[in-house]
Amino acid sequence: MIELALDVVSWVLLAVGGACVLIGGIGGLRLPNFYTRIHAASLTDTMATLLIFVGMMLQSGLSLATLKLFAIMLFLLLTGPTATYALANAALLSGLKPEGDTGQSKHGENTQP
Amino acid sequence: MIYVFALFLLTLLVITAVAIVRTENLFVAVMLTSIFSLLMAANFFILDAADVALTEAAVGAGVTTVIFLSALALTGDWEKPRPGGRTVALGTVGVLAMLLIYASFDKPRLGDPEAPVHQHVAPWYLEKTPEYMDIPNVVTAILSSFRGYDTLGEVFVVFAACIGVLFILGVKPARQTAAAPQPVSGLRHHLIPQVVGRLLVPFIVLFGLYVQFHGEYGPGGGFQAGAIIATGVILYALLEGEAEALRAVPRSVLLALVVGGALLYGAVGVVCMLKGGAFLDYSVLAADPVFGQQLGILVIEAGVGMAVCGALLSIFHAFAARESMT
Repeated sequence: MIELALDVVSWVLLAVGGACVLIGGIGGLRLPNFYTRIHAASLTDTMATLLIFVGMMLQSGLSLATLKLFAIMLFLLLTGPTATYALANAALLSGLKPEGDTGQSKHGENTQP
Repeated sequence: MIYVFALFLLTLLVITAVAIVRTENLFVAVMLTSIFSLLMAANFFILDAADVALTEAAVGAGVTTVIFLSALALTGDWEKPRPGGRTVALGTVGVLAMLLIYASFDKPRLGDPEAPVHQHVAPWYLEKTPEYMDIPNVVTAILSSFRGYDTLGEVFVVFAACIGVLFILGVKPARQTAAAPQPVSGLRHHLIPQVVGRLLVPFIVLFGLYVQFHGEYGPGGGFQAGAIIATGVILYALLEGEAEALRAVPRSVLLALVVGGALLYGAVGVVCMLKGGAFLDYSVLAADPVFGQQLGILVIEAGVGMAVCGALLSIFHAFAARESMT
């Protein structure tokens, strides 16, 4: 019974995590400018990582694999947001201003000086 | 299922390759090359070649990207438009592609046990490794003992490449005038990457050492470990600035690593000869031939790791030093 419950929970987590990756991917392609796009892409670094890895850890049970998955998850959770921050910071420093939809061309390049 | 996944990865590989050719922004091309290497590593892993996958991920996706980027900082972001010459290139590529496709008709099926590659010396290696070396990872046994000459040659290639790059790019460390303010290099003033990076560097180096000394039992060995440790030091250089990294691991140490690694490998071979065996026949290194083999593998893997790590870092610093000169 408990095994069935764990299985259901882990598959729900994996499915929601996969959906987060999909949403992040669609957002990365469809959102209007650079900052909104990395916002969408960072969803895959954080939420999706967390959900998918917890789902996989529930699947693997108590074993060495669980520990390894946990270590990888920790690594990804530390590096992903840092990379997103560094990307946004680099964009800001190189002069891309986070503005509203005005002044942005269709491809996200800043058309205003 | 695994075939579907492999097919998906291979399709992505082709798309990435086309995108690399099509793009005119070199920065984009470098990033796509890194993605290409990562996909390639995943492909190798699906084919159960964990050692090669680890090398591809560490060298192809990691260190090479950084070296490409530091080379880009010296040139420009955009490809120079070249008029004409496309038909010749297209023709050459077309003919080569036809030849390769024609050759692939003779290729045995994936995983076919009757394939020549599985019938030649591979069974002998698989059978003799437990007897001669008693280590689980046959890849390491082949790489460092059965085909030790090849690996020695590879180490000398790495050594020669490093010396070549240093001859072309190597500069005398610029004499800094005390009055001139130090240019801010690295990410010193960006707290978040610095804190996270500082946290990661020791673990990266530790993982590199694990890969180095666990090579007989799992995937890994000198090449992978050298690349991983070099990545750790390069991360440190990006965070704290190149000068700090050079203070932690000076140029003299790097050169000593490159030369020492290659010499260590060669010296093991000479010691084998002095003890009455053939060149790189580790069995004579200890009273027990199996232990001698294990000892020899351990030492030459250390030599490979030192040489690779030193060479990659020397090349990185050669590019970075050029950057700070301009």
